[in-house]
Amino acid sequence: MKTVYERSKGLQSNPMHYCPGCSHGTIHKLIAEALVELDVLGDTIGVAPVGCAVFAYNYFNCDITEAAHGRPPAVATGIKRVFPGKIVFTYQGDGDLAAIGTSEIIHAAHRGEKITTIFVNNATYGMTGGQLAPTTLVNQVATTAPGGRDESSYGKPIKMCELLATIDGARFIERVAVDTPTNIRKAKKAIINAFKCQINRIGFSMVEVLSSCPTNLKLSPVDSLKWLQKNMIPYYPLGNFRKPAEVMG
Amino acid sequence: MSKVLMKGNEAIAESAIRAGCRYFFGYPITPQNEIPEYLSRAMPEVGGVFLQAESEIAAINMVFGAAVTGARVMTSSSSPGISLKQEGISYIAGARLPCVVVNIMRAGPGLGGILPGQADYFQATRGGGNGDYRHIVYAPSTVQEAADLMYEAFDKAEKYRVPVMLLGDGMLGQMMEPVEFKDHISPDFPEKEWALNGTGNRREPRKIYSLDVNPVTLEEHNRLLASVYEEITREEVRQEYFDLEQAEVVAVAYGTTARIVREAIGICRSEGLRVGMIRPVTLWPYPEAAFELIGKSCKGILCVEMSLGQMIDDVKIAVKGRQPVFFHGRTGGMVPEADDIANEIRRIAGACGRSE
Repeated sequence: MKTVYERSKGLQSNPMHYCPGCSHGTIHKLIAEALVELDVLGDTIGVAPVGCAVFAYNYFNCDITEAAHGRPPAVATGIKRVFPGKIVFTYQGDGDLAAIGTSEIIHAAHRGEKITTIFVNNATYGMTGGQLAPTTLVNQVATTAPGGRDESSYGKPIKMCELLATIDGARFIERVAVDTPTNIRKAKKAIINAFKCQINRIGFSMVEVLSSCPTNLKLSPVDSLKWLQKNMIPYYPLGNFRKPAEVMG
Repeated sequence: MSKVLMKGNEAIAESAIRAGCRYFFGYPITPQNEIPEYLSRAMPEVGGVFLQAESEIAAINMVFGAAVTGARVMTSSSSPGISLKQEGISYIAGARLPCVVVNIMRAGPGLGGILPGQADYFQATRGGGNGDYRHIVYAPSTVQEAADLMYEAFDKAEKYRVPVMLLGDGMLGQMMEPVEFKDHISPDFPEKEWALNGTGNRREPRKIYSLDVNPVTLEEHNRLLASVYEEITREEVRQEYFDLEQAEVVAVAYGTTARIVREAIGICRSEGLRVGMIRPVTLWPYPEAAFELIGKSCKGILCVEMSLGQMIDDVKIAVKGRQPVFFHGRTGGMVPEADDIANEIRRIAGACGRSE
């Protein structure tokens, strides 16, 4: 019998704890497939964040360490400086990367640290229950912004790709979404290219993945993706911001 | 090897290299800057890595990252910088990772001042970070002892999988003394079956974490940590003491303060007073047993610190009410003077003092 689909060898068989409709499962799968296709899974060390993906070490089939909130780029730096030949990636949410960990991500990028960051932007704090994130859209309701994000108080949501693209050491920066099969395929391509940037020791690489959190949006999985398309993509434009010629040709 | 004249900070750095440390992550702060400066030159010469981080927080998390690979790694800082590292130290303790943290203390609180202090005793021995964790604290009083204890620090960190702190002060860091770097061979430690180095597609993935949402297993983990701490308490206490049995007064001090106390004891002895001394070398585990050697003729214990009284809590715990405990301390970067300490000793010997 011909196998038409199977679980990636980059994933363990543990059932995921993520909510129905959450994008983390899809993003995990894309990373796992990328590591297998690039044949680097056995040389990979991952860094899991504080947030819903803290249990990533139960899902990826590679060595993984937890990191304190916001600190994965620093932890990854420590690992990479010991093992320059290994593949080191961080998996971070928007609170982790765009709020408490802005210093660490900016300086890791600035040093051109040869690590890959997968930045999951779902415009909310998922694990703690839907509080205002640095990426929460203007007027989007949050449990700590019951009247919606007030621009006069919190400013506009932070655009990390645009910010990091100004840094020389950040060599591959792309924003993708996992809302449609087409975009999921594009997301995988970006993740593969980001890891290639690291494998070829070019510099820092990051893929921002727009994703949905149906639980905190209080929408069905399908409606969450529609919400993402209608609200997030117009503010967070998809596409590549920096691409080294050495990798992409 | 013959003796060389070195600053305390430089000797600590050189000793780290000789102890096999190959990774340093830190952030500048006075009065410990000679450590990173020295290592920025020395690490590349031995194939190691020196990296100046963007903050103390980043530095301790880089230490965490290097430690998960099983590498010998350290950071150094001074009081306010150590405050920033406390989160990372708690995570390192929780994840059972070895590392060495050097704190060359200055005066506090807050930004305080750059002159020497010992006001981080609580933070060092009680854990400034969250949770039920402890770590070994070595308190050298000479440049030679600082160099020697760095070897121990790395070996014990690896043996017990705990962070180890070397706690000095600005005086020790800045003073120059002759130091001899002894040959050191670390014990053969078992292979680190917990270290992350990639599965090589040959073994199951390893994970390092401190989060556990199951209270049953998290309590078990805490009890495991406690059993390690009990073993350390049994095996790793270090102290120096003399003349405890016949003493009228016993002085207790650590680090550079102990040197000044020695001078004061010399003054009092020349006057015929019998004065003993306990100098803890490990501040945790604390050398409580030494206090049981104090004889019946002792009229009181004098604790001397460059703080307004922190180690005195441990002294009182160790004394268990057998003798009255007195305190003399200077703080803010002021250093206790031998004459003032001698006066306190005389007062206690004359039994006209006031118990704290």
